[in-house]
This record gives sequence, C-alpha cells and structure tokens, in this order.
Amino acid sequence: MSMKAKTRRVDSVTVVDISGRITLGEDLTELRQLIRNLLAQGQKHILLNLADVTYIDSSGIGELVSGFTAASNQGGQLKLLNLTKKVHDLLQITKLLTVFEVYEDEATAIASFQKATRV
Amino acid sequence: MTAESEVIELTLASTLKSVETAEELTTEVCSKAGFDEEEQHRIGMAVHESMINAVHHGNKNDASKQVRLRFQIYPDRLEIHIRDQGTGFDLNRIPNPLEAENLLKVSGRGIFLIRSFVDEFRVEKLEGRGTEVTLVKHKNSRKKLA
Repeated sequence: MSMKAKTRRVDSVTVVDISGRITLGEDLTELRQLIRNLLAQGQKHILLNLADVTYIDSSGIGELVSGFTAASNQGGQLKLLNLTKKVHDLLQITKLLTVFEVYEDEATAIASFQKATRV
Repeated sequence: MTAESEVIELTLASTLKSVETAEELTTEVCSKAGFDEEEQHRIGMAVHESMINAVHHGNKNDASKQVRLRFQIYPDRLEIHIRDQGTGFDLNRIPNPLEAENLLKVSGRGIFLIRSFVDEFRVEKLEGRGTEVTLVKHKNSRKKLA
C-alpha cells in the first residue's frame, strides 16, 4: 500500500494523517513537499499522525528528520503522534526518540503546541 | 541445491519495484525457514535496505543493471546474498548515525539498521563483477535491539 497523507486543522495545529508505507520513492518526495508547503503557508505547528503507517524505512525516517529540522529552522515544531510498535522500535534504536516529541493521545499533543505558543 | 541448504535465487532489474519484490520473497522464505512474524519483519527490513543500497547506490538506478538475490536456507540459519554491479563501499567509512553530530542527518541509517536486524553483515568487492553483501540470521538468536 503506497503512502497517503491527509491534512486537517485542529486549533493552531495542522494534523497530517499518514497511512501506508513511508519508503524511498515518489511518495517520500510528496511528503517532503507537503511539509514544506505547510511551513511556507505559515502553518508551523505540525503533528504527524503515524497510526496507520504500516512500514517505514531509513529514507522515511530521514524524511521525518528533514521535516523536523525544516520546522525548527522556521521557528515551528513538528511532533509525532500514535507510533506503531514497529515505528517506535526504529526510532528507539536510531536514538530519534530523544529528538522527537512523541504523543499517544491527540488532545495532549494538540495542547502541547498551545502551551508552547503561550510561553 | 546442496544436501545442506536449500537455495532460492533470482535476478532483478535495478528498480524500486524490485525492492518490493525482494521484500515479498524474503517474507515467504523467512516463513518457510521458520522465523516468526517479528523476525520476518526485521529480516525483510534488512533486505529492503540492502536492496535500496544495491539499486540506488550500487547500480545508480540504471534499470539495465541487475541485482542478484540468493537465499540459502540451512537448518540453523538463513543466509541472504545480494549482488549488484557497482563499485562497492567501505564499511569503515560509514559514519555512526547515533553520534550527536549525525543524529539529525537525513541519510546514513540504512547500514546501521541492517546490522541491527541480522546477526552477521559482510560486504565483498568482486573484482570487475560488482559488490556482494551477505546477511546471516541464525535461528533462535533473537537479537536484543538497543
């Protein structure tokens, strides 16, 4: 199953619901472009919902890192929601759980952005 | 086929579609060899990353170049050989992706993941004939992930 990504807005946060496989190929380019477009439109609070991601490879992990860095460089934040066990394990062994803010509950994740905004 | 091992072999074009084909075959072979679902996923991922290296880095996405995939099922282990037509790479020159200065790099995690998911990983330059990587996974040797 190829990757699909849909965006929705919750308060100040753009939630990107991603499903399928995040692997090297055209889909990865589309994800990169999607994140860059959101940032260019001033939508700098991005929450990637990975609940329905069935597979991610090293290139997909790299794309998450790329999005994180792009958001940070523009004064924004990119966080992760609902990691599957497989994705969680990969981020753990690559030490990226120390980089990303990861949430298991959407409301808590959304609130974390609002706290950051108020500070 | 030898008395000691069952051999499954195929030759693939250097395309991303071939990476998927290799993964699917790996799952079948791992199942046949007796690995559980989690191990099948990990070995499949090691093959996926090795195939990406062969297609993308070794054969430079040249669809006319081939990747040869060979599985050897032994009673105690599975060996997977992936041969491309590239010039190879030096494992000692690949940066550690866990180092602080590399943590936010976009690429460079493929070999690390392969090593995490199989028990042995070897790279051999075949003079004038490309590069072959060998992945070995022993049965009942679940590797503890860091």
